Amino acid sequence: MSAPLPPPAGASRPVRRIDRRLIPVLPFIAVFLLFAIVALFAPWLAPQNPYSQDLLGRLRPPGDVVRGTAYLLGTDELGRDLLSRVIYGARVSMLVATLSVVVSLVIGVALGMLAALFRGAIEILIMRIVDVFLSIPPILLAIITVAVLGPGLINVVLVLALTRWPRYARVAFGQTLSLVNQPYVRFARHIGNSTPRLLWRHILPNIVGPITVVATLEFGLMVLFEAGLSFLGLGVQPPMASWGSTLNVGRNYVATAWWIALFPGLCLFLLILSVNLIGDYLRDRLDPTSKR
Amino acid sequence: MSVTARAPTEEAPLTVRDLSVHIEGAPVVDGVTLDVRAGETVALVGESGCGKSMTALAVMGLLPPAAHVDGGTIRINGSDTTRQAEHAMQRLRGDKIAMIFQEPVSSLNPLMRVGAQIVEALLSHRRIDQQAARRAAIEMIDRVGIPDPETRFRQYPFELSGGMCQRVMIAIALICEPAILIADEPTTALDVTIQAQILDLMRALTDETGTALLLITHDMGVVADMADRVAVMYAGRIVETAPARALFARQRHPYTRLLLGTIPKVEGQGRTLLPTIEGVVPDMRELPVGCRFHPRCPLAGPRCRQEAPPLAAAPDDPAHESACWFADRVGEIA
Repeated sequence: MSAPLPPPAGASRPVRRIDRRLIPVLPFIAVFLLFAIVALFAPWLAPQNPYSQDLLGRLRPPGDVVRGTAYLLGTDELGRDLLSRVIYGARVSMLVATLSVVVSLVIGVALGMLAALFRGAIEILIMRIVDVFLSIPPILLAIITVAVLGPGLINVVLVLALTRWPRYARVAFGQTLSLVNQPYVRFARHIGNSTPRLLWRHILPNIVGPITVVATLEFGLMVLFEAGLSFLGLGVQPPMASWGSTLNVGRNYVATAWWIALFPGLCLFLLILSVNLIGDYLRDRLDPTSKR
Repeated sequence: MSVTARAPTEEAPLTVRDLSVHIEGAPVVDGVTLDVRAGETVALVGESGCGKSMTALAVMGLLPPAAHVDGGTIRINGSDTTRQAEHAMQRLRGDKIAMIFQEPVSSLNPLMRVGAQIVEALLSHRRIDQQAARRAAIEMIDRVGIPDPETRFRQYPFELSGGMCQRVMIAIALICEPAILIADEPTTALDVTIQAQILDLMRALTDETGTALLLITHDMGVVADMADRVAVMYAGRIVETAPARALFARQRHPYTRLLLGTIPKVEGQGRTLLPTIEGVVPDMRELPVGCRFHPRCPLAGPRCRQEAPPLAAAPDDPAHESACWFADRVGEIA
């Protein structure tokens, strides 16, 4: 056996192969990133001030030029540039969705992990509250809470966070429950790790996958809920631009000025679709309970 | 167990007295008394479900929520831990007492580097800086016999073999030089050659530091290889305890005798059935009256069905105790 062995096949192949399932999702990731960039840089991207009215240039169709100003997506019922309003609307949607996802995730994950770790009375208390919250239709719950707190951007975030944390709690609870009996979590405890450290270093990093999946799917829902609340006049208040409130205005003019309803609706559709498809992809990749 | 045989001034790092644990009314550990002295290896032997792991968990203060300590004391380095608060127990764990178990690969956090896990164990009990902890961890990786410790320090558990993971676990358990190490079936998941290496390593390290080792196993080969003393458990009770040599030479409880008889022998001729112990382990909720072993015991008489035998020393050897009315006749069992 003196002949030099060839290098083992596959051993020296540093090329990382791209996951096949990622390819069809790539355009939607691009769409999502586009919305994110638009939201971030809205003041620089919007061609007009979204609040400045032009009562002589009301309800102009897309592409119309009024006294030297081109309105790419037309104007609304107060003569405001629809493109600028849609761009600022993206800002509201993304901001509300991001903040409410972050807040509800932190609350839900923390409570879910504690319930699973301590069991007993704490578990019963937390998880029964979760059951109650999950048994109420979410949009109804949001409407009731807004009715109490009053509308407005911050309140919408609070409402969504306070009504949506149970989903994270349930996932975190189940995942933690399956982890606390894992040998490495037991071992971490056997060598004297404190409870906070156990949760933070040994359990949390190992449940991030499923939580991320829920957060992504919830993000789409949050965009929809914000639009829904604003549509009903319970969300962001005028003159602030929101896709939902713009849609509501457009409803009155749908026969004569279809563009007011169409463009915010289209944006909602594209954003939620892309977020959900990204979420589905992440679930296939990250969630150990879902089989391909 | 015969504490009186030693000077009582020097208390063993681990002394368990009359420990009882129940789960939903079932006495899974019933009056267990056990000492592990510094530098000594005591093997706790018995079938699955006999209460040996529950005994270990009670010592660690990590019984499952459904289990409760009914009575008895557990003293670790002289202080009774059954009366201690959880946060005090947490300080002891990993520092004065550590435990390793049988799933070496899944016992390490898959998302943490090996080195970080060793450092974490050290830093949760010692006030030293990161650099010193890192050096100590690398030295420990070297001491448990893993080559190229600097590289291994940076690797994740999935990059290591099962035997290496077990070595890492030992490193984590021993980094604070605990007085007591409990090893619950430490080699069951490993193949035979690695088993021997891991056992040698554990013996070498515990000898070096004088760590008391409580070895929980059902493998009589491991017992013969490692143990100074043996305690045999059956249905929650210790039925026989003796120095390892004495126990292998002569058994004074039928269960021990039969347990040793179940080891397959290499020199067996042709096809013979593997010897087994008749019957099954009793349901802990419906234990037989009298001696708990009597339904399976070839020596059982009327007295065994009524009265539970106490743990008593052999007339010729005070260190050899057994709980059997017919301890002198155990040798008759084929």
